[in-house]
Amino acid sequence: MPVLIAHTISEATEILAENPDATILNGGTDLMVEVNFNHRHPSSVLLLRNVPQLREWSIDSSQQTITIGAGVPYAAMETGAIAAAVPALAQAARTVGSPQIRAAGTMGGNLGTCSPAGDTLPVLSALEATIHLSSQDGERIVPFGEFMVGPKKNSRLQHEIITAVTLPITGRRQGYSKVGVRNAMVISVASACFAVVDDTPRLAMGSVGPTILRAVKAEKFLTEATTNLNIISDEIAREFGQIASTEARPIDDHRSTAQYRAHAIKVLASRLAVRGTAS
Amino acid sequence: MSTNEFYSLKVNGVDHHVSDAWIGESLLYVLRERLGLPGSKGACEQGECGSCTVFIDGAAVCSCLVMAASAVESEIATVEGLNADGTLTDVQEAFVTEGAVQCGFCTPGLVMAVHHLLDENDSPSELEVKEALSGNICRCTGYGRIFAAVDKVVAVRKGALS
Amino acid sequence: MSSVKTKRDVLGTSSLRPDGGAKVKGDFAFTSDLHAENMLWGATLRSPHPHARIISIDTTAAWKIAGVECVVTADDVPGQLTYGLISSDQPVFAKDVVRYMGEPIAAVAADHPETCRRALAAITVVYEVLPVLFDPELAIGDDFEPIHPEGNLIRQQRIVHGDTSVVGDVIVEGHYVIGMQDQAFLGTESALALPDADGQGVEVFVATQWLHEDQKQMAACLNLPTERVRLVLGGVGGAFGAREDISLQVHTALLALRTSRPVKMQYGREESFFGHVHRHPATVWMRHHATNEGKIVKIEARFVFDGGAYASTSAAVLINGVTHTQGPYKCPVAVVDGYAVRTNNPPCGAMRGFGVVQACFAHEGQMDKLAAAVGTDPVSIRLMNAMETGDLLITGQPVESVAPVARLIRETNEIPLPPDLAMDANELELPGGSGITAERKHIKRGIGWGVSIKNIMYSEGFDDYSTARCTLSDGKVVLKFATSEVGQGFVTLAPQIARSVLGVTDAVCDTIDTQIGSAGSTSASRQTWMSGGAVDGACRLVRERLFEVVGAQHNIEPIRFAIEDDEIVDTAGTFRMSVIEASQGITISETFEHHHRPTEELDENGQGNCHVAFAFVAHRAVVDVDPELGLVKVVQIATAQDVGQVLNPLSVLGQIEGGIAQGLGLAVMEEIIVQEGRVRNPSFTDYLLPTALDAPVVVARMIEEYEQQAPLGAKGVGEPPCISVTPAIVAAIRDAIGKDIDRCPVRPQDICL
Ligand SMILES: Cc1cc2nc3c(=O)[nH]c(=O)nc-3n(C[C@H](O)[C@H](O)[C@H](O)COP(=O)(O)OP(=O)(O)OC[C@H]3O[C@@H](n4cnc5c(N)ncnc54)[C@H](O)[C@@H]3O)c2cc1C
Ligand code: FES
Ligand code: FES
Repeated sequence: MPVLIAHTISEATEILAENPDATILNGGTDLMVEVNFNHRHPSSVLLLRNVPQLREWSIDSSQQTITIGAGVPYAAMETGAIAAAVPALAQAARTVGSPQIRAAGTMGGNLGTCSPAGDTLPVLSALEATIHLSSQDGERIVPFGEFMVGPKKNSRLQHEIITAVTLPITGRRQGYSKVGVRNAMVISVASACFAVVDDTPRLAMGSVGPTILRAVKAEKFLTEATTNLNIISDEIAREFGQIASTEARPIDDHRSTAQYRAHAIKVLASRLAVRGTAS
Repeated sequence: MSTNEFYSLKVNGVDHHVSDAWIGESLLYVLRERLGLPGSKGACEQGECGSCTVFIDGAAVCSCLVMAASAVESEIATVEGLNADGTLTDVQEAFVTEGAVQCGFCTPGLVMAVHHLLDENDSPSELEVKEALSGNICRCTGYGRIFAAVDKVVAVRKGALS
Repeated sequence: MSSVKTKRDVLGTSSLRPDGGAKVKGDFAFTSDLHAENMLWGATLRSPHPHARIISIDTTAAWKIAGVECVVTADDVPGQLTYGLISSDQPVFAKDVVRYMGEPIAAVAADHPETCRRALAAITVVYEVLPVLFDPELAIGDDFEPIHPEGNLIRQQRIVHGDTSVVGDVIVEGHYVIGMQDQAFLGTESALALPDADGQGVEVFVATQWLHEDQKQMAACLNLPTERVRLVLGGVGGAFGAREDISLQVHTALLALRTSRPVKMQYGREESFFGHVHRHPATVWMRHHATNEGKIVKIEARFVFDGGAYASTSAAVLINGVTHTQGPYKCPVAVVDGYAVRTNNPPCGAMRGFGVVQACFAHEGQMDKLAAAVGTDPVSIRLMNAMETGDLLITGQPVESVAPVARLIRETNEIPLPPDLAMDANELELPGGSGITAERKHIKRGIGWGVSIKNIMYSEGFDDYSTARCTLSDGKVVLKFATSEVGQGFVTLAPQIARSVLGVTDAVCDTIDTQIGSAGSTSASRQTWMSGGAVDGACRLVRERLFEVVGAQHNIEPIRFAIEDDEIVDTAGTFRMSVIEASQGITISETFEHHHRPTEELDENGQGNCHVAFAFVAHRAVVDVDPELGLVKVVQIATAQDVGQVLNPLSVLGQIEGGIAQGLGLAVMEEIIVQEGRVRNPSFTDYLLPTALDAPVVVARMIEEYEQQAPLGAKGVGEPPCISVTPAIVAAIRDAIGKDIDRCPVRPQDICL
């Protein structure tokens, strides 16, 4: 019942090929909760934390993209070059759990778990990020929209590891907002990421559906309603939020109600639409 | 590639051997129940309280969320390692004198979190202190005296007080 | 004149905790840190259903698992099958029926916690699920089959006072709902039981609030003589009321006696939510009648406290609730009906504030409604009605305590308001915090008030005493008592008392255990008064004896002696001698029992002098609210608290700030969500406690007016801080958004939908 420790990506994929049942472990902030609470009994574990390649990130200035290793902890995204390149990701990272969680937790783990409340996921959805997966068979690149397929379900194959995420550096307005009932360390009740990419508005919504939802009608409305995405009237922003909330598919649970969640999306979306504009 | 049915952990600079352990055991459990280091406390075992805060390769993390057997290549530092010479650190001293300790269950984790904060930032703002300690729940004090203890250490370290 | 002395930490100084050094180093042994040679782990099987008949329990498979040493069920309980603080109505293990989700059914002892988990999974229980009584209103009257032989009504109390035909010029009415709060101490339940070699007794290290009460209940269930159940206080990681009832004590001891091996039990957080009682959720209706100016002329009220499946202290919580209907205000006439009922919800019992929290939330909501109705402001309405010493309560009891209510309000009002939120405020200063949900322009500020009265010590004729022993030898004092130290700081205070009374410097506390008489419970804000009184009394007896010894040696009438700093001085002469010198080579030991004055039971109209004494406090809350999203940030709490005397300023401040944080939790985030008897959020992920970023600035004034009744002039300070801060915060939210909110905690949807 060993913990298998990889030091390179190829070593990791090799271990996984030989131990198809191995559970992948990175920061442990999701997996260990399940183990501690008896919900998961791993028989063997593949540790990725000690793979330096997974903790790297790089900017491709010709493509205007940034590729962030799946093992980069949130703490490293909150400030510095990653934050400058993808501000919404930095904002999302900063809302994850507590400093201790952000020192350990990773985007690879957020994607591995694929909870609708995962805080980086709306950012990946809005920015139409691509997910890099590696296995003995080679590398596969999957758009986020095809990666997350349900609540806690993704299209990663058993023998693949998530190695990195590539996001566009848009140089345009983007932002993330998350509602929780406490001023720190709280799971999202509703969240949203707004971004302007290729001069079109994008809005992704978290915790209000089985997967991260794109508010396509609201996006379309805003595209048609404005000529300049840097000047958005309060009225248009309100309507944008209103439409987005109709696209949310929230449920009642012990954290909140469907009605509140839809309402929160309305408010977040309209505020995000004007956040950072001159108005 | 390395495996580890029997493994050893480096805690506070000392190698400890662990055998016959179950793979799922958290570092918190192993420290407390196998290595005789009960200074780190557990109040939730799901990363929500911070009572179990330790340093792994210099990062302050929840030991309840670290699979013990996965930490074999890491340097682990616990609250027990702060007082190798028997005297209190300035942070510990300030916790006592400023009234930051009541029941004391949160205290070891908070002491670790404050050390980590002040190692990274020698003059944190009020909001930086609050954000840095937001992963450590204290149910007794309401945090006021804990902030006072942090302020005291910052002031003393700056030489403003002696 | 005496020369310069080293500072001694006497009463009135901020003496530091004697256990502080150990606690900051992680050396302090909490009960959960204890180990014994050859120790087994214990674990509990709990009901998944809120209400079900147990058809059968099969433990055979569990017994067969390697490493399992023992499995016990109700059939193995050697003595009384039930326990309980007021009424012995709670089974050690459920036998025929389970009445709440999480009720214990069996316990196992094994070599590893993981083996215990497997053993629990191997026990087969067949249930027949029964209809769940989850609506407290249905528990009143005969609408629902009794779910317990003692019936569904735990207690009913009516208060009728004065000329009830009076009608006010102005009438305001409200329905208030208070959610179920958890004490959420950080150190979960834990105990280590060591069986005696002869199998006829057991020693138990346990984190509890009241060693002797545990001992009594355990001895009855274990069928052992009381003295063969020896309890030692293990380090306690907070309590707040949740450790007053039995949880794992009997189970752990029973497993140890059965296996003849040490057994340790410890709850995880989830189990802890099921393992102890909570604060009663309640609904309160109140109707205030007042003059046109706003003077209260009559209050009508109805309280329903949901006690959950077993009685615990519900009966006493109810009495606290109904007898505090009027709050800290004059009220000549009242008609109050109160019910504490049994349901299939989680059992509820003691939590800091004990029934008064619920009453206060309602009466403070009413005071604001009254202010609005007569066109005055929250401060004036409260000053106009403020209670004073000598006033009669609606129980007919005169308030003999110092009652500086008006002063508390005025002093709180003098505390400067916090500065306005800056236009460029950091996101962490706004509601929503790092979630960046709002900008400055979305935020509205509100101010609200809460004032409360709280009885201190036990009520209704209970002779609630405390015992302490003081031993002086060679200038050193050792204090012995059974007072539970749960973090509140009695171990700091007791040596301060000894230093003040005896002039010593070196004073320490002995092990806290049952090898001395009871100290009563660390609850009801009573230990400074009760155990403080006992320590003070014991030290005074020792001082008398010391004076006799010195008097005989030096031929001076002992009556002429006094302690001045660290010396014995002849007040009518020149003789002086240090206490250290005077006590060389001798040992003086005295035990003292402190009793408070007797109280009475209430009659059928709720009349009687049922409480011992009262403490008062005022809170003013300033909050920032995002009205559209319903998010709140509490900015500042200003408070003035009636403390009698400040015996340790740092300790008092710690109680004030800590209590405020708990009251804040109840105001805006803390609630155990129970749906049809099922707890939906038994974890710290979903039961939210205030973090450092939720903590407001607290500006506190301690109002000192010596309390003549109290042995040290000091009132208890533990409970008041958490009582009126909750309504103050909720009032501030109402003020910010201009909308009525009658429940706590306030949820985002209560604000914005
Ligand atoms: C107290 C607390 C608070 C939290 N708060 C938040 C929050 O606010 N927002 C939020 O989004 N999340 C939160 N989380 C959840 C968690 O921190 C995040 O989901 C985090 O991103 C998980 O990363 P990790 O590296 O720790 O994952 P791990 O626990 O190591 O792994 C999580 C899952 O992903 C799989 N996995 C990990 N890495 C890879 C990989 N490279 N390839 C394939 N599979 C992989 C694992 O097998 C496992 O199933 C919180 C958790 C805790 C304990
Ligand atoms: S025990 Fe690790 S965070 Fe609570
Ligand atoms: S001192 Fe008790 S939890 Fe912090």
